[in-house]
Amino acid sequence: MSILILAEQHDGELAAGTAHVVAAARAIGGDIDVLVAGEGVDAVAQAAAGLDGVSRVRVADDAVYAHQLAEPLAALLVALADDYTHVLAASSTTGKNVLPRLAALRDVAQISDILEVVSDDTFKRPIYAGNAIATVQSSDPLKVITVRTTAFDAVADGGSAAIEPVAADVSNASSRFIGEELAQSDRPELGSAKIVISGGRGMGSGDNFKLLEGIADKLGAAIGASRAAVDAGFVPNDMQVGQTGKIVAPELYIAVGISGAIQHLAGMKDSKVIVAINKDEDAPIFQVADYGLVGDLFEILPALEQKL
Amino acid sequence: MKVLVAVKRVIDYNVKIRVKPDHSDVDLTNVKMAMNPFCEIAVEEAVRLKEQGVASEIVAVTVGPKAAQEQLRTALALGADRAIHVETEARVESLAVAKLLKAVVDEEQPDLVILGKQAIDTDNNQTGQMLAALSGMPQATFASAVTLDNGELHVTREIDGGLQTVALTLPAVVTTDLRLNEPRYAKLPDIMKAKKKPLESKTPEALGVSVESGLKLLGVETPAERKGGVKVGSVDELVEKLKTEAKVL
Repeated sequence: MSILILAEQHDGELAAGTAHVVAAARAIGGDIDVLVAGEGVDAVAQAAAGLDGVSRVRVADDAVYAHQLAEPLAALLVALADDYTHVLAASSTTGKNVLPRLAALRDVAQISDILEVVSDDTFKRPIYAGNAIATVQSSDPLKVITVRTTAFDAVADGGSAAIEPVAADVSNASSRFIGEELAQSDRPELGSAKIVISGGRGMGSGDNFKLLEGIADKLGAAIGASRAAVDAGFVPNDMQVGQTGKIVAPELYIAVGISGAIQHLAGMKDSKVIVAINKDEDAPIFQVADYGLVGDLFEILPALEQKL
Repeated sequence: MKVLVAVKRVIDYNVKIRVKPDHSDVDLTNVKMAMNPFCEIAVEEAVRLKEQGVASEIVAVTVGPKAAQEQLRTALALGADRAIHVETEARVESLAVAKLLKAVVDEEQPDLVILGKQAIDTDNNQTGQMLAALSGMPQATFASAVTLDNGELHVTREIDGGLQTVALTLPAVVTTDLRLNEPRYAKLPDIMKAKKKPLESKTPEALGVSVESGLKLLGVETPAERKGGVKVGSVDELVEKLKTEAKVL
């Protein structure tokens, strides 16, 4: 078996998700290469070379891969895929954007969002918003897989893989990067934070999310939101936790003013410890919470911030 | 500009699903079915492009069983001009759907194809990207804004950590995210009118596409249920339990 992992990067750094994808690759077994594609990606390549279990880092440093556009990245992967039995990426917006293109161009299926490696060709993945788990087997010669990073513990640092450049003749005339607006925050990233505190419709307004900020700062937590809070215009969509947003599985998840719709539970029910704060004692969120506190969040949140 | 919009018949998003007793699949007998919510957003976007005078014709397409014509009629009631039903009772995976849609794209030659980013049954998030790759088109997934600018399509995408805007040459594929628009409801007179709009049926065989897949579904299980815990009486008690019992603070 030989596995190629598409490295995930943010702002010139290796994103935390890649170490989780390496863990999934180790569960499959075989040689593990990591592909770092982008412009000026030395730091990313160095970080990837340090991940435990990686035998080789292949670097495609070219302006055509800047901003991780799907068309050139998929073309590069197609050019490299002959050497591999599996191609993996995080189930991030980049992985989901690129890997189906690779799969189609190689005429193989793509397996999305795996939670568990049963064997080198059989995997478990969530369907119906995580309300059912499917076991799927692939007979394709190349397995193209995105990995739910929260389902695999990250590998440690300590490796020292070789770093080699790759040359591929890839051009892109069909898509062009115009710009991006990335949320600036000193808080940890939602997908990899150890503690997440999320607000729902019960927060009442976007301004009231400030009540979560003090607590998040004290705990080193990321701030999330339910789809209801996003739909109500309180906060931007990249804060959404749920089937249609981010899937998180932190050590501690605090749901504030969130009723617990199925679509939200799908995004956070694998958290280790769940706390729910809600004024409605019959809210479904209490059925999954380890600790529930019934009451007015506008009184509870300031008290909680003070106690921490 | 001609717009092709793909829709899928799925379980209604309000229905709680059950796994079959033999764990072979999810039980869909006698459950309410509907258009996939992300596909509703795709139809709405196509209709808005037509209302803005950007799109001239909207063709709705689906791949699925006979009953999927209901979702095509919904798309017609919402504003699509005509519909194409690729009829198959087989379980079709994303790659096969993408190949069938490519065959339709080859016949129809649309300037823009809009799809939902994922279906809420299989949660694959693949078909649009696969169609784009097979048809040699650029793609913009997870769209939250779509505009036509000097013959180029400008699309704002919801990416991890924020928004990215890209320009695509046409023809192109766009997949919809939640905030692209808020779909309208079909009005009764439009539902009546939709019954008379043209709906053409095709088969995978006629399109020359095999729907076989390298993937086999071995089984489906219900995930381990999480049990509710305890209610605490105060903030003090909560913090105490998180520190000493759960040991997460």
